[in-house]
Amino acid sequence: MGGARLAATLAALMFVQLSSSIQAQTPPASQPAAPPFASAPDDGQWTIPQKNFASTRYSDLSEINTENVKSLQVAFTFSTGVNRGQESAPLVVGSTMYVLSPYPNILYALDLTQPGAPMKWQYNPKPAAAAQGVACCDVVNRGPAYSNGRIFFTTLDAHVVAVNAETGEEVWKTKLGDINRGETMTMAPLVAKGKVFVGISGGEYGVRGWIHALNEADGQSAWKAYNTGPDQDVKIGPDFKPFYDSEKGKDLGVTTWPADAWQQGGGTVWGWLSYDPDLNLLYHGTGNPGPWNANQRPGDNKWTAGIFARDPDTGDARWFYQTAPHDIHDWDTVNEMILLDMEWEGRPRKVMVHPGRTGFVYVIDRTTGEVLSAKPFHALTAVTGFDLKTARMQINPEKEPVNNRVIRDICPTAPGAKDWNPSAFSHKTGLLYIPHMNMCMDWQSSEANYIAGTPYVGAEVRMFPGPGGHMGEFSAWDIREGKELWTIKERFPLWSGALATAGDVVFYGTMDGWFKALHARTGEELWKFKTSSGIIGQPTTYRGPDGKQYVAILSGVGGWAGAIVSGDLDPRDATAALGFVNAMRELKDVTTKGGSLYVFKLP
Amino acid sequence: MRNLLTASIAVLILTACEREDREYRANPVTAETEEKIALSPLSGGPSPPVERRSGIGQGYEENAFHVAQGKKLYVWFNCNGCHANGGGGSGPPLMDDRWTYGGQIENIVQTIREGRPNGMPSFRGKIPDDQIWQIAAYVRSMGRNVRKDVAPGRNDDMHPAPAEQRRPPGEVIDGGQISPSAQMPQ
Repeated sequence: MGGARLAATLAALMFVQLSSSIQAQTPPASQPAAPPFASAPDDGQWTIPQKNFASTRYSDLSEINTENVKSLQVAFTFSTGVNRGQESAPLVVGSTMYVLSPYPNILYALDLTQPGAPMKWQYNPKPAAAAQGVACCDVVNRGPAYSNGRIFFTTLDAHVVAVNAETGEEVWKTKLGDINRGETMTMAPLVAKGKVFVGISGGEYGVRGWIHALNEADGQSAWKAYNTGPDQDVKIGPDFKPFYDSEKGKDLGVTTWPADAWQQGGGTVWGWLSYDPDLNLLYHGTGNPGPWNANQRPGDNKWTAGIFARDPDTGDARWFYQTAPHDIHDWDTVNEMILLDMEWEGRPRKVMVHPGRTGFVYVIDRTTGEVLSAKPFHALTAVTGFDLKTARMQINPEKEPVNNRVIRDICPTAPGAKDWNPSAFSHKTGLLYIPHMNMCMDWQSSEANYIAGTPYVGAEVRMFPGPGGHMGEFSAWDIREGKELWTIKERFPLWSGALATAGDVVFYGTMDGWFKALHARTGEELWKFKTSSGIIGQPTTYRGPDGKQYVAILSGVGGWAGAIVSGDLDPRDATAALGFVNAMRELKDVTTKGGSLYVFKLP
Repeated sequence: MRNLLTASIAVLILTACEREDREYRANPVTAETEEKIALSPLSGGPSPPVERRSGIGQGYEENAFHVAQGKKLYVWFNCNGCHANGGGGSGPPLMDDRWTYGGQIENIVQTIREGRPNGMPSFRGKIPDDQIWQIAAYVRSMGRNVRKDVAPGRNDDMHPAPAEQRRPPGEVIDGGQISPSAQMPQ
């Protein structure tokens, strides 16, 4: 009898807890929400770096929460065997974890059913060593992607491979680029509708950027679209309906350049892709125009530094929006594009949220390409404002580069207010969590010579901390209001991605090696763990075969920001690593090279 | 006394001549100087590795004109794109003491001409022989492995680091860095 009463009381308690947690699941009506295609019940896996096609990097798992996260402890570790920058995201499919190393791009499969997660197999694509010479910013890779029993990834020497996820056997391998033209690959592929979408890196080598769709089944080419040159090459046809007049006209990819400059014009694709299955649109950004020295390429330099919406079946462009027309500061538009639904001025809108290198968080109607809002999240001196009518930044003429003259105190810097490292959107709080920088720079342009297979830059840069003296910030962003709710300051720039969970805990790592958990609503630091090297990777979370929630991160400093350590650079040269070394001299005093996976769980 | 003075002036003038000496007939692009050098200090057998240096390298790195030309060519051929102003980037630093493939001028010429497996492109047939020597001479000056009066003075534009001339005399540690491929598992 007593037992039954206890059980009833417990059941009632559980019901109360359950209903309150259901209430908490729903963000306030005014806040944006993940679209239905990204809101399916979480299966506890993490199969693509973006987590879902909307790129929210949010997990429904809530076993680890704000109360117990302080007890997180190491479950197991694993060395990737490569001491270069680890930007990749550990994936979990079924009871196997997949970890991809930087060059030489070795894929490891770990068996999560066994104690210590022993290696099941490893696959080495044996990329050409010479590719390291045309990789601008360390020899990184941003992760593999899983689809239909296979793991897909890119290699530094510009191949795409498909590997059997069970056995580690190579299914197909396709060469897409030529390192002798400076072409490399670092991005994570996106696999959707039977196609593998990949793009080329090399914006600092005069590469003419493109995105390529391969058939998922056999690796054969389905379509390829360039981001400079004639409309035919760019796949601009009758269905191309950009929102703004500045994107309308014939062959703008030729006419907005000096004669033939588009052939070495950049506009590479090395960042994040998103996909809307309802609208059937693939979204990708385009990189900086080449060379960095903008005085060598008067004009808007279409279709660089902008966002394309394309038909994933044919590659045909549907709309384009250029975030940085005639980019003067290396502001690639490669950052994550988070697809959300929200009410905007009384109307429901399907939007894309993009925290840009330019220093603005853009809210864009992803059906039409109309910019609904652009609000700054970084100290700006290079830009004075944003004109919503034309959707163009207002450039501060005093900070425009002049050949052979040092222009000082330009904010943000060449890597932008925020580089590739992706934000996370919590379906629960409705907030965007942005890991970003707080930096400024001096810049001097000079004439660049194009020599295939060597850099095509034409600028000397030195970076330094922005206002306040710290270089990194982790911000909770209210998308509707376009403002920060809270910000955590970090000594070094943040080069790691973010992860949001239903336990109201958000995770990120720092370049001096701390892996941190914050309260998603207040920003309060709830837990941190010091890993063996600096962190520039992407945290992920999953439910293990034992039913428990785990959190995974790769530790191993590097990337553009950490090249001073991973590449043994000399701190005396302010312009080393394209000017990043000037700001990062002290990194050598606080961390060393590494390459280790850390996985955490509750005791 | 007068004789001594004349002699000193003569010596000074002669040294100065060597410092400023320049050749006006450059080698064609296809011509190659041939130096016998070893990449390792270790040799099979008791004697050190067989080497024969013609001395041409010394002529370049003791000559301010050649070093200054090398500094200009270092930018024209995009060396700075990877190695920055000596601190490195995608390529290793050149102003420090570690030389993966040897730090003597003959080694550096060979590295530029033939390339190296971990990303250094080969410039054979792309840069005339004498200009390769000039670039190599300038590279030697970045770590101040040349005479102070030969190394370049401060830049007119952005100052990334103290001028080559003002850096302390350097040293060369050969094979000081493990290449990433050597760290590769399997």
